[in-house]
Amino acid sequence: MNAVRFEGRDIISIRDFTRGELDYILNMASEMEEVAKRGSDMLRGRTLASLFFEPSTRTRLSFEVAMQKLGGTTIGFAEPDISSIKKGETLADTVRVVENYADVIVLRHPLEGAARFAAEYARVPVINAGSGAEEHPTQAMLDLYTILKEKGRIDGLDIALMGDLRYGRTVHSLAYALSLYDVRLYFISPSMLRMRREVLDDIKGRVDVVEEENVEDVIPKIDVLYVTRIQKERFPDLSDYEKVRGSYRIDLNLLKGAKDGLIILHPLPRVDEIAPEVDATPYAKYFKQVWNGVVVRMALLALVLGALE
Amino acid sequence: MSKRTLRVSKIRNGTVIDHITRGHALDVIKILGIDGRAGGVVTIAMNVPSEKLGVKDIVKIEGRELNPEEVDKIALLAPHATINIIRNYRVVEKQRVKLPSVIYGILKCVNPSCISNSGEPVKSTFYVEQEEPLRLRCHYCGRIIEREDVLKQF
Ligand SMILES: Nc1ncnc2c1ncn2[C@@H]1O[C@H](COP(=O)(O)OP(=O)(O)O)[C@@H](O)[C@H]1O
Ligand SMILES: [Zn+2]
Repeated sequence: MNAVRFEGRDIISIRDFTRGELDYILNMASEMEEVAKRGSDMLRGRTLASLFFEPSTRTRLSFEVAMQKLGGTTIGFAEPDISSIKKGETLADTVRVVENYADVIVLRHPLEGAARFAAEYARVPVINAGSGAEEHPTQAMLDLYTILKEKGRIDGLDIALMGDLRYGRTVHSLAYALSLYDVRLYFISPSMLRMRREVLDDIKGRVDVVEEENVEDVIPKIDVLYVTRIQKERFPDLSDYEKVRGSYRIDLNLLKGAKDGLIILHPLPRVDEIAPEVDATPYAKYFKQVWNGVVVRMALLALVLGALE
Repeated sequence: MSKRTLRVSKIRNGTVIDHITRGHALDVIKILGIDGRAGGVVTIAMNVPSEKLGVKDIVKIEGRELNPEEVDKIALLAPHATINIIRNYRVVEKQRVKLPSVIYGILKCVNPSCISNSGEPVKSTFYVEQEEPLRLRCHYCGRIIEREDVLKQF
């Protein structure tokens, strides 16, 4: 795997990565576990700029903590109002200013493709921290890492993605990433919120995909349950939403038929799609994902900045 | 009868677009913005037997030669077409259209939230994933656009 070169590379879409490259990143992340606990000066003197044109406290904190644990510093903004955006500056210009202050740019932007576009202008690596509804590659990587760490492997697992599969930002990247492994995927959603056809087209042929509306039927078969929130705004008719909401809620009763080793993941924040009573069970891994996000991002920062080979 | 047909379809100066994928003759007319008001003879032939394609459509336009952008647009919908330039009743130039693997600038992404539809200095860019039926992927947002989406824009 030493043919993989990451220095200077942009992290834009999960589709830009091969399975070998993903495995390499996951491997580096696991080496970062120790480094994260004791701290390091691997990236001393390096600066990360986080440009968040859309609020996302968790992702921004995760990147900033990852940078600090490696001895680097962070600058940036999280409020588009106070930034130059308000004055009508283009993203292309913002990036060409900021690259003079920073060695790596982490970008969250409401428009799809914004990170790829920014990377075309920036001389420093750009990491996509979510652009539009489509891509959130580092989230998918930390999800993979969580599965690997908790189950010891990804290949051979039965994995369900549940909830809003149509608009959910994280499930598209994750479904694609998982399709590079030897897994069976269950997509569980109300019919209105089914997985987009283009995602299905993309992954079918590589993995088995089962689309389901009913959670109960799937629970006994799976090793991983990835839950996402169903947003009220997606339903023109509120009574449809109320109906759907109840049937996509994970609680102890629903989990009675689960395999012993089932793990439940969630990109957070959760609202009420996982009952709090589930938190105390061994299934619940969603808070562990937060830590995993830090080590995965440490690995990525160290790789793109050339501090790791 | 055959003599009369010949008289209708012979062009002195103009373009013959041959080997159009069956069913796409009218799309080609649309791409070229032809409404018949320009005056020159326009002949459309559909389902003509062809060795290469089984059947094909043909469009003949009197008094007009195509620019490179028009040729690229035709390639999107009729990737096997041949463009024959006619001068003084003779074919003086023959060109097979060719769909490039990347298409810059001539199409708009159908995704309103795509960065390529914003006020940024950006040129739309699509990868040809499949020629027939047409399947293009936006370089920026990844959205797939198909023949119908392309037609709407021309
Ligand atoms: N003067 C003309 N007026 C109208 N159509 C013409 C003229 N000359 C050639 N064509 C048509 O243009 C196409 C290409 O012509 P040609 O190069 O002679 O044949 P091919 O490509 O079959 O070898 C044919 O469909 C032919 O019928
Ligand atoms: Zn696009």
